[in-house]
Amino acid sequence: MRMRQAWAWLGPILLALVALPAAAAEYVALPGGSFTSVLPADGKDAPAQVAPFQLRREPVTNAEFLAFVKSHPQWRRDKVASILADARYLTQWAGPDAPGEQALPQQPVTRVSWFAAQAYCESEQARLPSWYEWEFAAAADATRRDARDDPAWRESILGWYSRPSNAALPSVGGTSNAYGVRDLNGLVWEWVDDFNALMVASDSRDQNDPDILKFCGAGALSLQEKDNYAVLMRIAMLSALKAADTTNNLGFRCAKSE
Amino acid sequence: MKYLLPALAMLWLLLGGVARADTPLPGDSVYQLPVQLTDQDGRQQPLASRRGRPQLLTMFYSSCQMVCPMIIDTMRMTRNALDPAVRPRIDLLAVSFDPARDDVATLHDYAAKRKLAPAIWTLARAEPSQVRQLSSVLGLQYRQLPDGDFNHSSELILLDADGRIAARTTVIGRIDPAFIEAIGKVAAVRDGEE
Repeated sequence: MRMRQAWAWLGPILLALVALPAAAAEYVALPGGSFTSVLPADGKDAPAQVAPFQLRREPVTNAEFLAFVKSHPQWRRDKVASILADARYLTQWAGPDAPGEQALPQQPVTRVSWFAAQAYCESEQARLPSWYEWEFAAAADATRRDARDDPAWRESILGWYSRPSNAALPSVGGTSNAYGVRDLNGLVWEWVDDFNALMVASDSRDQNDPDILKFCGAGALSLQEKDNYAVLMRIAMLSALKAADTTNNLGFRCAKSE
Repeated sequence: MKYLLPALAMLWLLLGGVARADTPLPGDSVYQLPVQLTDQDGRQQPLASRRGRPQLLTMFYSSCQMVCPMIIDTMRMTRNALDPAVRPRIDLLAVSFDPARDDVATLHDYAAKRKLAPAIWTLARAEPSQVRQLSSVLGLQYRQLPDGDFNHSSELILLDADGRIAARTTVIGRIDPAFIEAIGKVAAVRDGEE
């Protein structure tokens, strides 16, 4: 009898807690390790070394980014400094602090700049994942930790790329991969912390300048695994971005060091 | 002692009021980014404290054997190529890509070895996440290699007195006349001054 009374008032509280969008984001622990990246660590053939890390289970949603903008008004679209976010920043929202009906709470937030994504992650005591961390996590499919050699897996990602970019985005919460992380492939493109370290699409504006002057050190990187178009296309896209850029299909998730 | 802190706070407010112009920082100023620099003498300064004078800015790292010495040389050549009246109106700032190895002592030694006068040159480090932010806002790319060296873009960037990117050049090893001209324009003595 007493038990039932307890539930009578605990129940609504629990329900309210579940319904709160500001509930702490879930992170999944990943083991890291030596990893054959499409970007060799030394520009030739060295594997990437990924330290154990935690990755957000799902990309950041409109509801979560709204809560951030309300507590950090300098990131409202009508307040943000133009050097930190371009003119399209959050323009899919109905108002500066109201996503409206075209940007549903559980859809991944998009049209966010790298600076804004970084600031959000900081507010979660986190950071953006490095490219290697992202690539490591995204190599898994539902059952295998590294599905990249499977032509069917590659095809499925390429199939997503060819989806029209003006179609409405699904909500977060797709199938978990072998690590328990969701939506790495097939929902949105995602910022990484070192997007400006990828350097593959380096254009040479001055044809007379040898590469050695443009890039101190070992020169531009060479790409490996050239048949893995699915991953290469992502790198090409990321390396073409500037930090203030925002696009229709570019969102983010955060990571933490172990 | 009891009154020292309030007095210092007061002083800071007064000086801050002078250093920061009455006008708000433009939205396209790189000083919008809260980056904390530490210079070759261990002094901390927010990047935005450079506001008020044009800056000739680059990123480098001191253990770099190949292009970085040339970047520093090119900064020096560029300053020397300026009209003598313009020269004292700009500051030179070089921020390290490599905060792990470029500590204050290393930057200090490097400045001494390269004879970089502290009145003109600031060599600075920042925390790793802020180095990435600064490189991003400047449109410079860098990547650490397994052997500790870096791949990085080599450019000189001109910031106007409010921290807006006014010009940039990828010409390293010789003087870029268009860049010299841009510096002259940004640092020109304006009417009513002096």
